[in-house]
Amino acid sequence: MATLEKLPPPPPKPDVMPFVAPGHTSGTVTDKISDVILRRHTPKWWLLGFTVAFALLMLFLTCVTWLFVKGVGIWGVNWPVGWGFAIINFVWWIGIGHAGTLISAILLLFRQEWRTSINRFAEAMTLFAVACAGMFPVLHLGRPWLFYWLLPYPNTMNLWPQFRSPLIWDVFAVSTYATVSAVFWYIGLVPDLATMRDRAKNRIARVLYGMGSLGWRGSARHWHNYETAYLLLAGLSTPLVLSVHTVVSFDFSIGIIPGWHATIFPPYFVAGAIYAGFAMVLLLAIPLRVAFGWSDFITLRHLENMGKVMLATGLIVFYGYIMELFFAWYSANTYERFMAWNRVTGPYSRYWLALIFCNGLAPQALWFRKVRTSPFGLFIISLIVSVGMWLERFVIVVTSLTRDFLPASWGPYKGTIWDWGTFIGTLGLFLTLFFLFIRILPAISIFEMRTIVPGGEAGDEITEVV
Amino acid sequence: MDSVNAKGKCGAEAAPKPGPARLELEELRERLRTKKGPELWRSLDELAETPEFEDLIHREFPRFASEWPSGVSRRGFLQLTGASLALAGLTGCTKQPQEKIIPYVRQPEQLIPGKPMFFATALTHAGYALGVLAESHQGRPTKIEGNPDHPASQGSTDYFAQAALLTLYDPERSQALLHNSRAGSWGSLASQMGETLRSMAGGRGVRILTGTVTSPTLAQQIADFLRANPQAVWHRWEPAGNHQSQAAAVRAFGRPVDTRYDFTKAKVVLSLGADVLCEGPAGVRYARDFAEGRRVRAHHDSMTRVYAVESAPAGISTVADHRLQLPPAQVEGFVLALAQAVGAAPGGGTPVPADAKAQKWVQEVAKDLQANRGASLVVADEYLSPAAQVLVHGINQALGNTGTTVFYQEPVEENPVDHVRSLQQLVADMNAGQVQVLLMLDGANPVYTAPADLPFLAALEKVPLRIHHGLFQDETSDHCQWHIPAAHELEAWGDARAFDGTVSIIQPLIEPLYGGKTAGEVIAALLGNQADATSYDLVRAYWQPRLPGLTAGLADAAKDSAGGGSITTLLGFSGAFPGAPGIGGTAPPATTGNQAASPNPGNPPAASPAAGKVPNDNATTTASAAAPATGGGGAFEKAWREALHAGLIPATARTGAAVALNGGAVAQAAGEVQAALARVKPGDLTLLLRPDPTIWDGRYASNVWLQELPKPVSKLVWDNALILGPKTAERLKLTWHETVEVSLGGRKIKAAAWILPGVAEDTAVLSLGYGRQRAGKATGQGFNAYPLRTTATLWGAPGLAVRSLGGEYLIACTQNHHAMRGIVLHEDEEAAEQQAARHVVRTGTLAEFQRDPEFIKKDREAPGHDESLFPIRTYEGHAWGMAIDLNVCTGCSTCIVACQAENNIPSVGKDQVLARREMHWLRVDRYFAGDMDEPQIHNQPLPCMQCENAPCEVVCPVAATSHSDEGLNDMVYNRCVGTRYCSNNCPYKVRRFNFLRYSDKNTPVLELVNNPDVTVRMRGVMEKCTYCVQRIEEAKIQSKVDRQPIPPNWIQTACQQACPTGAIIFGDQNAQDWEVSKWKADPLNYGLLEDLNTRPRTTYLAKLRNPNPALAALEKPAGGAENGHA
Repeated sequence: MATLEKLPPPPPKPDVMPFVAPGHTSGTVTDKISDVILRRHTPKWWLLGFTVAFALLMLFLTCVTWLFVKGVGIWGVNWPVGWGFAIINFVWWIGIGHAGTLISAILLLFRQEWRTSINRFAEAMTLFAVACAGMFPVLHLGRPWLFYWLLPYPNTMNLWPQFRSPLIWDVFAVSTYATVSAVFWYIGLVPDLATMRDRAKNRIARVLYGMGSLGWRGSARHWHNYETAYLLLAGLSTPLVLSVHTVVSFDFSIGIIPGWHATIFPPYFVAGAIYAGFAMVLLLAIPLRVAFGWSDFITLRHLENMGKVMLATGLIVFYGYIMELFFAWYSANTYERFMAWNRVTGPYSRYWLALIFCNGLAPQALWFRKVRTSPFGLFIISLIVSVGMWLERFVIVVTSLTRDFLPASWGPYKGTIWDWGTFIGTLGLFLTLFFLFIRILPAISIFEMRTIVPGGEAGDEITEVV
Repeated sequence: MDSVNAKGKCGAEAAPKPGPARLELEELRERLRTKKGPELWRSLDELAETPEFEDLIHREFPRFASEWPSGVSRRGFLQLTGASLALAGLTGCTKQPQEKIIPYVRQPEQLIPGKPMFFATALTHAGYALGVLAESHQGRPTKIEGNPDHPASQGSTDYFAQAALLTLYDPERSQALLHNSRAGSWGSLASQMGETLRSMAGGRGVRILTGTVTSPTLAQQIADFLRANPQAVWHRWEPAGNHQSQAAAVRAFGRPVDTRYDFTKAKVVLSLGADVLCEGPAGVRYARDFAEGRRVRAHHDSMTRVYAVESAPAGISTVADHRLQLPPAQVEGFVLALAQAVGAAPGGGTPVPADAKAQKWVQEVAKDLQANRGASLVVADEYLSPAAQVLVHGINQALGNTGTTVFYQEPVEENPVDHVRSLQQLVADMNAGQVQVLLMLDGANPVYTAPADLPFLAALEKVPLRIHHGLFQDETSDHCQWHIPAAHELEAWGDARAFDGTVSIIQPLIEPLYGGKTAGEVIAALLGNQADATSYDLVRAYWQPRLPGLTAGLADAAKDSAGGGSITTLLGFSGAFPGAPGIGGTAPPATTGNQAASPNPGNPPAASPAAGKVPNDNATTTASAAAPATGGGGAFEKAWREALHAGLIPATARTGAAVALNGGAVAQAAGEVQAALARVKPGDLTLLLRPDPTIWDGRYASNVWLQELPKPVSKLVWDNALILGPKTAERLKLTWHETVEVSLGGRKIKAAAWILPGVAEDTAVLSLGYGRQRAGKATGQGFNAYPLRTTATLWGAPGLAVRSLGGEYLIACTQNHHAMRGIVLHEDEEAAEQQAARHVVRTGTLAEFQRDPEFIKKDREAPGHDESLFPIRTYEGHAWGMAIDLNVCTGCSTCIVACQAENNIPSVGKDQVLARREMHWLRVDRYFAGDMDEPQIHNQPLPCMQCENAPCEVVCPVAATSHSDEGLNDMVYNRCVGTRYCSNNCPYKVRRFNFLRYSDKNTPVLELVNNPDVTVRMRGVMEKCTYCVQRIEEAKIQSKVDRQPIPPNWIQTACQQACPTGAIIFGDQNAQDWEVSKWKADPLNYGLLEDLNTRPRTTYLAKLRNPNPALAALEKPAGGAENGHA
């Protein structure tokens, strides 16, 4: 680790903006971030946004209640398309989560300091996205009350799950991921919770923050333990960024259905996940910096960096699409060829074309610096990419199943209002959690921001520990 | 049980129930007191405490509880309560009937709980009997199988017979005798009828209306009634009866005779739009005979050649070697041209048909038919015009087929009349006010089914006393003062004739669920002196003097079959193995007790068995002819038992009719056809009306098994549609699901269009039976075609006008859904291309097969066993497998209903089928090949493939589907959590998921239909074909009990057993003496998608054609590009 210390600092570029706008000190940073939480007055935009999000959450609860009452038949899933919105949404949400982990873990290890102002809410986004994702496989079950049969728990019948099934791998991958992400996020919060405890004027808030801060007093010993734990968790999370979506892609690539059974899936899923995740981070960051006046912390430089990541991963994903078609042709396999041809020209060609536009063509605008540094442009592109990534999962799940091996069993698929309700409902859950999060917890890591403020008190603490 | 006993029991065992139950006890006692019979309830508390009864008490009148209009009066409430008590009989419905009935395999005293018993009986469809064995579990019928000894069945059934079971338990059945829509009583009905009759001298003004009657007992009763009331008249109206065939026979031979075919002797068959395989009175038998000639094994070198000339595809067209699609008038023109070509009709006139291709056909077919004189067969059925049918008689005569492949027999229908004229007469008399009493028996529903030019309803209103008798309340019963619920054929005694005249006694397996009466009982009440006679009394009384002479040969036949194993082997699903120690084994059931009928000289049999030209199906027929017996009591009992046991009365087949073809009629018919052809202008649309393939003339509308059975070829469910060929639809600018106005001769109806490749140009097909106004859940489903049907145009007419209404009526189709989000796709062509590229249905010609028996496997990739890293799994004991012969499958779909009945498969309803969630474990895939305007059609029954490398098993996270050591791909419903991954990963898509709660567990009567050996699945659970694992297990248990191996071919799956053509074989492929091993070794055997290395246990025998080389050149090449797109 000492070698890291000797690394020269990144060469300053005159045209590159700093990570924090000039003029900030530790104090102003702390004030600015904690102020939005501790102030009595709840902003109107927050109330409005929360109301909408909460209404959508109620929609979600309605849909789920009806689902439990009637059964999974209220959705559009059918024969031959046994998987529909639930799996599409699962993959979509879990992909979104990846950006948070990538930002907090991998960028930490790579000492990308710009991550500091976005990692907290990106991690929160990960958690909430995983929460949304994690529900779908359970809701999707025909008998959801028996979901625990997928867990290897001791039982009188000596029955184990069937370990050859990728769905079991999913259970392990996703639950590990959720656990590690939660712990990582919480550990990172502890020093800030202490700050909040110290600054809160309301007694209840003080008690609650105090409980959350686990008795943090900021001693050197605390800092030492904290840094060690944080780094270890970062190390633990790093492989998860790659493994989770790899395992999720196995759900498809282990199957024998043409269009699923492809070795390209793991890398292309992981790239897609990061792609979608950064799009979502941008979708959250851009309004946040406006609402809280945080453009000092989440600067154009951040946005531009994220745009670059999106461009890179987007190109990988686009390459994946091209390779899928190429290999379908190159394999000379009747089923694969037909599948590829059917995706492009079949009944779902509109989805495929939209997907190519959203994920392949629209992000090419990110080659231009002007776009990368335009919050509005980035926001639009992120929106397009988010839609595109959902379409990608739709195309993979649905077009492959609607027309598989036997022409006699071909059949169309279409989501019902309950499918849409559940999907939009999870957006409500996600946003509700996020609104609560930005209101009661510091959405930007205060203590880490303090370390990167020019002339900050302690210099780079993380680097010191390393 | 008398009321004292009942009271005692109640006091001793059951504390008086609080609430409503107690209130009703007095009434209950009253009811018990008035009922007769040895045992009505086993105990009162059983009656009072069963959940069904409590349910009845609480819900007052379950059937109508949800339908009763609000604001029901106190009086209405009391009526309903009373009626619900009457329905308490439901709880007793698992009782044996009171009379002695004889089980087919086991005597009742051998009843072992959990072991089913089989009773030979018969079920009728449109009047004609099919001999069946009904399986009974503890007194409730649960499954219908064919009777191997019955000439019409030979062990198989059609789907109507399979589905009869559900009709028995249909909760929508009429459950109470109604007088002016209120509960009435049988006694008051009988007295009113008696009174009315007495007031009318000689029965003047009394009319009886029935469908086709083949029951000797009923016919005799009606004859007795007519003798007693000479002014009364018996009218007949069978909506889809053999009206035109009969008319043709009268014209050709001077009197009504039935035509019968012998497909086994035919080397060349020409079908003229006929649908005689699997459909119609002899369909099952014909299908079997037909299949015999088409089955190709390595050692065979011949195969019947089949030509089909038709306007719309049917079962036979899917197996035909050559298919010519012609508009209806042109088909008749073809008949004329053929008649001229073979010298049956005078030549001359303009050459018909004008089409060069058709002309070539005429030449070549005529040549082929003439080359096989006496061994050829030209088949026409009801739907060809009488004139054309006369020509067909002439053609068969000219080809020397009469007496070898075509036979004429005395009509099976009792006292045959012209139904159309009979109904016309009735309507005219009703309008003239000459009808005082109209009695409509056995579900006759003329208000719905009468031709449009006979306004039956208006006439009916003029009849003072209208009595309707039927299983259901229907359009007609709504306009009658009295409605008598009919007893189902599984509930009451009766008799009926099969297509060849053979009589079967219908024995009940269960007490009438709702106190229904048979038609015979109604007539008996009418006769006055037998008001209390039961159906049992009536049937026995009829046969008492007649039977003893007829059954003498039966015992020998039974002995033969027991010795040779035919009956028991064919039964093959229950009971001890032949010769095994233990119950039933020492004395094979067929020989139990009563086989020693000594032949006594005496009364000759009622029907002379002079076989004449009629081929004899039963060896026993002739045997018994020589052994008439006296009608003594003992002899009768013996004969009665034997007849019940065998399921038929031998020597009752109709005699051959000595008829001579009227040459003048043929010449006249030729002229008529010529004239009719000239009348049809090119581009003129012709409407074809047909009985619906599954719900027939509308009588099965309430049967959800039949409603949800994909109709052969079209694969529509729950609806009918105006079916058009692609070219016609294009010309009319119509598309799938589009609503249209159909008008013919000034009459108009609304319908929805459907495009089906294979329907000839300028032809539209619409089936009868839908658009019912009063048919329970089927009310308003589909489009009523009867308003287009007149007495002159029974089966359609030219001059059809179709106009788009621009709307959309979604029609459910189980294959290749054509509408998606408003966009209409044409998948058929793409599916056909891909089918060919993927070698789904492998086809070839007989010549190719003879050149190289292995040709079917050429150029088809199938991974070898050594290409896997994993060791090949071996199966030491049994290895269950199935093979399906595509060569003989006509796509009749009986297997689907058989599977549904055996495996408690729920029906899901139209909406769920539209959502693509049908539950059938077995489907029959239909593929088109070649030119979409004139395609070949292939059928492929698709049960679970039971793959050895099953893709479903590896992906199930909870091991709910796993492999058995006998090679079965087991499905553990209890363990399934419903991820549906298995279904996704199944390349054959044979798995079915309970997306919602499809199994009806709330209707008590529907619980009775379930097979107790099969789990009823809950919502959220995956299910699929199990190879009828319950039958396998039963045989294995028996094998353990008997300490001997399962005899070869002992186990039959439900689909196999029902299949009329014997296209399905199941068994132990490890054992060489099982038939399935031979099929698996056949060079034509191939595995579906075997290149995926799934190693399916279900395999197919490739479909062969035997084309006429002279015609083959005319055809466009079939099959698409080998590699599809890209």
